[in-house]
Amino acid sequence: MAKIELKNVKKSYGAVDVIKGIDLTIEKGEFMVFVGPSGCGKSTLLRLISGLEEISSGDMLFDSERVNNVLPSQRGIAMVFQSYALYPHMSVYDNMAFGMKLAKASPEAMKKRVLEAAKLLQIDHLLERLPKQLSGGQRQRVAIGRAIVRDPRVFLFDEPLSNLDAALRVQTRLEIAKLHHSMSDVTMIYVTHDQVEAMTLADRIAVLRDGRLEQVGTPAELYERPNSIFVAGFIGSPKMNFLTGKFAADHGCTTLGIRSEHIDVVTGGMWTGQIVHAEDLGSDNYLFVEVGSDEPLIVRQEGKLTMKVGDTVSLSPKDGQLHRFDQNGKPIR
Amino acid sequence: MTASKPAIARDGGLSLQQQRQKAAFWFLAPMLIALFCVAAWPLLRTVWFSLTDTSLNNLYGGKWIGFDNYLRVQTLSNGTVRYKGTLVDPAWWNAVWNTLRFSVVSVVCETVLGLIVALVLNAEFKGRGLVRAAILIPWAIPTIVSAKMWAWMLNDQYGILNDMALNLGLISSKIAWTATTDTAMYAVLMVDIWKTTPFMALLCLAGLQMVPRDIYEAAKIDGINPVKVFFKITLPLIRPALMVAVIFRMLDALRIFDLIYVLTPNSAATKTMSVISRENLIEFDKFAYGSAQSTLLFAILAVFVSLYIWLGKVDLSGEGGK
Ligand SMILES: Nc1ncnc2c1ncn2[C@@H]1O[C@H](COP(=O)(O)OP(=O)(O)OP(=O)(O)O)[C@@H](O)[C@H]1O
Ligand SMILES: [Mg+2]
Repeated sequence: MAKIELKNVKKSYGAVDVIKGIDLTIEKGEFMVFVGPSGCGKSTLLRLISGLEEISSGDMLFDSERVNNVLPSQRGIAMVFQSYALYPHMSVYDNMAFGMKLAKASPEAMKKRVLEAAKLLQIDHLLERLPKQLSGGQRQRVAIGRAIVRDPRVFLFDEPLSNLDAALRVQTRLEIAKLHHSMSDVTMIYVTHDQVEAMTLADRIAVLRDGRLEQVGTPAELYERPNSIFVAGFIGSPKMNFLTGKFAADHGCTTLGIRSEHIDVVTGGMWTGQIVHAEDLGSDNYLFVEVGSDEPLIVRQEGKLTMKVGDTVSLSPKDGQLHRFDQNGKPIR
Repeated sequence: MTASKPAIARDGGLSLQQQRQKAAFWFLAPMLIALFCVAAWPLLRTVWFSLTDTSLNNLYGGKWIGFDNYLRVQTLSNGTVRYKGTLVDPAWWNAVWNTLRFSVVSVVCETVLGLIVALVLNAEFKGRGLVRAAILIPWAIPTIVSAKMWAWMLNDQYGILNDMALNLGLISSKIAWTATTDTAMYAVLMVDIWKTTPFMALLCLAGLQMVPRDIYEAAKIDGINPVKVFFKITLPLIRPALMVAVIFRMLDALRIFDLIYVLTPNSAATKTMSVISRENLIEFDKFAYGSAQSTLLFAILAVFVSLYIWLGKVDLSGEGGK
């Protein structure tokens, strides 16, 4: 429900600059994901938006209204914390209703809202329990439920899935995606360092690096047209292959990037090398081919594999899928 | 069952659980022996003495007299019945009343003040470490020393407190704080609160620091005002720590001796159970009688602690609250 604008937002703790000037507009109803390596300032940026931390300079606007000095509770936000941050001594129901209760909401309205949220998240059978009697996934859903009950303009998530195991993570990710569709006019901002989460959930992704925005765009844009080596390497799994030295010089660049699925095994290809390792994931195979660069090239092969470790293969990039970067890590297009 | 499992028969064929228990026993044994020597044995001796007519100069010559030290019914030749023993001794009940009054008032004040100090110390500000260390000073001074120090400050002729209160016009004439019946208890309470609040504050602070920071942040986003956060979130969450702190203090307070012995000796207004039983044991040569009072003191403490744990559902095992 809110369009959020950040104008040259900076944050420093004492002499340490953590956020070094960010300009960003998040559209109403958009699902925006912040990704970046650990310590790049994702959480800090989210906390600046929530109002839990004060911005050092710059401006923050919610629906064109300056909120620099507006209290978190007045901003119309709800936040889901990595550690859930449930009140341990209150039942699930009370956890979800606490904010409304103290805001002197009518008991019927409160009950209705809590039950609705609980139904949506399938935790309506857990309302009487204490947080310690819940599993991690259930706790996280309660935390999300508490946020829904607040009926926010903006939903903030700080690595909400990082304490869950792999299967539960996929499931909860799906629930969050569904939530986004069912509350399509609520702006959601989601912090993660897991690029799979970013790719699957986001309308747009903002890649942060060392307190600065590296690139903002849709998942496809970031994947297909990365604005720097950093983004190219960060987005996508397995990591993009980088070739330097004469491999790159042949193509008139400093670093040559190619994704694993864009390499074909051919006869008489551009590069030849020995398979040093192979990973079989069932549907796909990843071949690690030593072509004489710093690291082996990772090549994705679908289906059943006819080659084995030790074989020498010849490789060729698919047409138009080479990423060329200059010495500053910027793409040459 | 056991036959089907080919147990590796080491250590006399003990199961892993049994081996662990055996090891635990040997680790605990020195502690149990020490506790028996310094706690259980003297306690049992005291109970025994209280049932005899032992006197201080003949410790091993006491004869069994049953419960006469506690309560004895005498029928005089003229037919009047008289009760004797510590249970009908007004001095004893005065001491019990003094002790209870002192304990409840001092512990309540210390808890409230300690909590306030802890809340302040829990906030982030420059020089917090220094303040935390400084606030412990009253607790670090030996009671005898601080009692003497306060005795001088409270002195009716030369005491600084009288001087200041007089100059400020709070009182019209000098008051003998520790000697006057009306004020002796206040003097003792004041010194005890001064001395023990830091201890309470530190225990409360430890409890406060267990509360995760993001719960406060969630409350901030929920828009809950700080007073409500304190009563609805902080207090319930530190309650277990607080209950344990209170019981420690309460046990200490019910046994209070040194401060009163130094600050207001021989004042009936402040004489506590410990003070009166020492008096009987050592000074009045009523060793068995004093032992009976010591035993009663122990019994009162035991009853009190049991009630407290039972009513307050205090978790001393440290397993709950997870
Ligand atoms: N209160 C603080 N005082 C000083 N420095 C801080 C404070 N909070 C964060 N920082 C610093 O700011 C930087 C960014 O922290 P932040 O928590 O935003 O990282 P992050 O991107 O969320 O990392 P992660 O993925 O590990 O959660 C870090 O280098 C951190 O040390
Ligand atoms: Mg973080």
